[in-house]
Amino acid sequence: MNEHIFDFSVVWHWLDELMLSVMPEWLTLTIECVLVALGIITLYAIFAMIMIYLERKVCAFMQCRLGPDRVGPWGLIQVICDVLKMLTKEIVSLRKTDRLLHGLAPFLVITASMLTFSCLPWNKGAQILDFNVGVFFFLAAGSIGVVGILLAGWSANNKYSMIGAMRAGAQIISYELSIGMVMLTMICLAGTMSFSEICQQQADGGWFIFRGHILSVIAFVIYLIAGNAECNRGPFDLPESESELTAGYHTEYSGMDFGYYYLAEYMNLFICAGIASTIFLGGWAPFVIPGLDGFNEIMAMIPGCIWFLGKVFFVIMLLLWERWTFPRLRIDQILTLEWKYLVPMTMVLLVLMALCVSFGLTF
Amino acid sequence: MENQSYFGGLVSGVKSLCTGLGVTMKELFTKKVTERYPENRKTNVIPERFRGTLVMHHNEKNEHKCIGCGICAMQCPNGSINVVTEMVETEDGKKKKQLVRYEYDHGCCMYCMLCTRACPQDAIDFAPEYECSVFDRKALVKTLNLPGSKCAEKPKPARPAAPAKPAAPKTAPAAEADPAAEAAAPAAAPAADDKLAKLQAAYEKAKANAAAAKVAADEAAAAAAAAPEDEALKAAAEEAAAKAAKLATVAENFAKKLA
Amino acid sequence: MSNQINPIVVAASELHDKLAALKAEGYDLLECLTGCDWGEEGLGVVYSLTKASTTFEMTHIKCVAEKREQNGETIYTLPTACDLWAIANIYEREVYDFYGIIFLGHPDMRRLFLREDWVGFPFRKDDKPEEKNAEIPATNEEISDTRHCYTLDEQGNVVKTDSPVFADDAYVVNIGPQHPSTHGVLHLRTAIEGEIVKQIDPHLGYIHRGIEKISESLTYPQTLALTDRMDYLGAMQTRHALCMCIEQAMGIEVSDRVKVIRTIMDELQRIDSHCLFFSCLCQDLGATTAFIYGFRDREEILKIFEKTTGGRLIINYNMIGGVAHDLHEDFVKDVKHFINETMPKGLKVYHSIFTGNVIFRNRSIGVGPLTKEQVISYGCTGGTGRAAGWKCDLRKHRPYAAYDQVKFNEISYESGDSMDRYMVRLKEIEESCEIIRQLIDNIPEGDIQVKMKPIVKVPEGTYYSAVEGSRGILGVYLESKGDKSPYRLHYRSTGLPLVAALDEACRDYMLADLITIGGTMDYIIPDIDR
Repeated sequence: MNEHIFDFSVVWHWLDELMLSVMPEWLTLTIECVLVALGIITLYAIFAMIMIYLERKVCAFMQCRLGPDRVGPWGLIQVICDVLKMLTKEIVSLRKTDRLLHGLAPFLVITASMLTFSCLPWNKGAQILDFNVGVFFFLAAGSIGVVGILLAGWSANNKYSMIGAMRAGAQIISYELSIGMVMLTMICLAGTMSFSEICQQQADGGWFIFRGHILSVIAFVIYLIAGNAECNRGPFDLPESESELTAGYHTEYSGMDFGYYYLAEYMNLFICAGIASTIFLGGWAPFVIPGLDGFNEIMAMIPGCIWFLGKVFFVIMLLLWERWTFPRLRIDQILTLEWKYLVPMTMVLLVLMALCVSFGLTF
Repeated sequence: MENQSYFGGLVSGVKSLCTGLGVTMKELFTKKVTERYPENRKTNVIPERFRGTLVMHHNEKNEHKCIGCGICAMQCPNGSINVVTEMVETEDGKKKKQLVRYEYDHGCCMYCMLCTRACPQDAIDFAPEYECSVFDRKALVKTLNLPGSKCAEKPKPARPAAPAKPAAPKTAPAAEADPAAEAAAPAAAPAADDKLAKLQAAYEKAKANAAAAKVAADEAAAAAAAAPEDEALKAAAEEAAAKAAKLATVAENFAKKLA
Repeated sequence: MSNQINPIVVAASELHDKLAALKAEGYDLLECLTGCDWGEEGLGVVYSLTKASTTFEMTHIKCVAEKREQNGETIYTLPTACDLWAIANIYEREVYDFYGIIFLGHPDMRRLFLREDWVGFPFRKDDKPEEKNAEIPATNEEISDTRHCYTLDEQGNVVKTDSPVFADDAYVVNIGPQHPSTHGVLHLRTAIEGEIVKQIDPHLGYIHRGIEKISESLTYPQTLALTDRMDYLGAMQTRHALCMCIEQAMGIEVSDRVKVIRTIMDELQRIDSHCLFFSCLCQDLGATTAFIYGFRDREEILKIFEKTTGGRLIINYNMIGGVAHDLHEDFVKDVKHFINETMPKGLKVYHSIFTGNVIFRNRSIGVGPLTKEQVISYGCTGGTGRAAGWKCDLRKHRPYAAYDQVKFNEISYESGDSMDRYMVRLKEIEESCEIIRQLIDNIPEGDIQVKMKPIVKVPEGTYYSAVEGSRGILGVYLESKGDKSPYRLHYRSTGLPLVAALDEACRDYMLADLITIGGTMDYIIPDIDR
């Protein structure tokens, strides 16, 4: 049935050949790289804006408020104005900061975020970075972010920043463990580490969340929790915990330097949701019910990128929902949750999944 | 931490989290409470007792009730009221205090209501106005009496008290001299040239009269401030005021004679 | 009923023994400590003690400070009571700050509210603060890191020994004065070790307005205008306390209608305060959504207030001898709707979104407990005291207004941790609703204002009245010389003891717990920085 899904790689190949026919290879490569980079940055910015707007509206509605509605219809232009404001704000540099590290930190964070963003499979054949060890690359690239946060905390020469960074270090590194384990569980099921392969398998044989019994569902929930913690979002927003550390590791940043952290926070949420929908909800794979061919065909008519974005925003809604409901955890509770509950659970999950797969008990 | 088993804690914890999630999900669809100002300007109801700014009510003839007694200014803890008055002569030749400017500094008002409660004439009141922001602090200093406005004439029985009313503010620590003494002084001055003794006597007399008037006026102001709506006290106040007026007139006449 | 007090005069040399004897006798709460300048008689202090565990009977001790000449300077000394009551520490610092009375043996004789570089002691009647501090310093205030302890040596001279506030290697973080969760501009210098709080040194006075000093030059009706600006969540009660103090001192009996109106208003104010407590605690702990739910319900109270009184936060309702306005015609209907519909529904939401939440439970149960002995010693009244099992509700123990006509439970818990402090307040909302329910249909007819002379003069004497404010015992100490202005007006702030107890409550808990404990203590800064 997946023959209905349009393969975007046809477009890229055509484009590539067209350019090769008129210019040398090195130039083609350079132009392609620039185009891809521009594409990533544009998408990144657009989705960040959508995310910010979405979050503000959703949280407002949960709090029986209306949210932004002054600038443009339903406040749609609000985010653009905020970005413009942020861009024009002065970047304050403080006397006793470590200038180099202080300036470098936001770029590390944004780099990590963009690298992982590039791993998302938008559609069949529409993936910027696609390795055979894609999952591995994703985990590795995502870890750069924590370096940026630690540097920010250290270089700011501010006690709040320092405490925030220390918390971030402890938290992110802990939660990477359970993210890795959950991913390993799903790789067990998929048998591949390439995101495109993972999606293709799900398009062929159904979404992993259904194929892996209850185990996949638990893994999905754990992934959401751990992913949320990895993004430093409430209730795991300890590194910046406003009511304790004012703004945590980015206390001393202003203007666009702060804007990078802001962007990265939202995009990390997007990426977290994107990966969750890729490895559990089939990425661009349409929803199919074996046996119902008519229904399946209609589903397959919907373009893959719509499927992907739909799933991503569904997961984002789940994350927003819990973010705006729960109080913040304390650092020891965060570590307890990870080491006492999540890590043992993911370990058991991995073993059970391996057993299921080896005995052929999955769908 | 409550003592619960590993799994018991896990289950009850997850349950409590789900309850919370249920609440927020429900609230997602409830009525929103945001007040959409300024769109709701028309429908926005401000309670009539709300204290937004001090106003002086004027009737259709552009008359207010303020007699310029200054009790409000005296009561104000912040000094945000400044009452400027002048002495004018009425048709029947009596001196009368009249309000010139009633200045109110909105910027340092703390809406404590001491002025409105103390006002013997109910001339000032708080209005439920709420759009009070301005770009310059000076714009917050307002003159409450309208241009060309004057104090409403009292009905008939209050007539004799009217010229004496200005004596009331003498409870205030204002530096002005008593009207009686004020009246006597310029009259007595030319007399000093020829008859020193006569002047002495006139001066003594005027002074005594002034003191008497002042005592009476004190009483009048006190009574009026205590219960503006009480009829009995009001009558007493008027009586005292009339007496003060009479004494003042005597002093005045004496001074005239001397001149 | 007169509230005149006749303090027992004790000589400075016998003061400590006398206080110790009274404490042994059962006067275990130092309810209020008021410094005063009696002119010819000298500077001194009035200790107001209460039998906190039994009858709530009070006694007052007056002591004139010893005057000593040393190195050409005149110093005033009194023995400290820090060893008897923990709260004496901060109260005595306040007196030192304003009157310059040195408490011998006090471990930490620093200024409390004023800047370290302030010259003179402004509450002394002969002090000229404007002359001595002609220029308002434009520089940052250097906060002293040195504690001073004054003692007597063998020759009877006062000697000063210094010690540092924090150890040399302490990692001190400034929580405040501008901080999202200190509920105003409270500055807590916090020494931490990793995430663990080791010591807290509250630095107060950031928004101190000298209300007590200003009051000495205002007429009695004018002093009323300032009370709403102290504890803005207890505006009704604070003003009630001052009005009651002046009325009782003058022998004015207010009508039953006024008493009932005041009771209802006080309870509405208490619900208002507790709703805000809930909201702010949620906000402090990161549950931003629950914050709005609390405010949504509080808005209804504010609307009720606004209709009747014309004010929402600065209410200006109680007046000497009555209240400013009669009840609005919608009042009864609105209040009934609020206590029967809005609040029960609101409480259900609060409990399901926050009280039961496993994260909150883990963050509050067993966090920052204070024992009954500690809360009495620190004078932490209100919800904080009752959470620790100390039944300290003045509405029960020294009934005033219409509280003797109503039945309600005095909520108290045992462990005194953050969870209990939180629960006390939520339960008290229910009790307050119950009190209002009993009164709202039976508001007696009567005058709303006793006729007053235009100039209010309180007969010469010393008076003390207290009410149960939103967060504890709110006392008013009034000393009159028969003038139209008070000679000395002192408020027993409800927040000061709570902040004083923070160090004890937070020690060895985490930085995040400091926020929880601070939030559940429920202090209001303008009430501390009067």
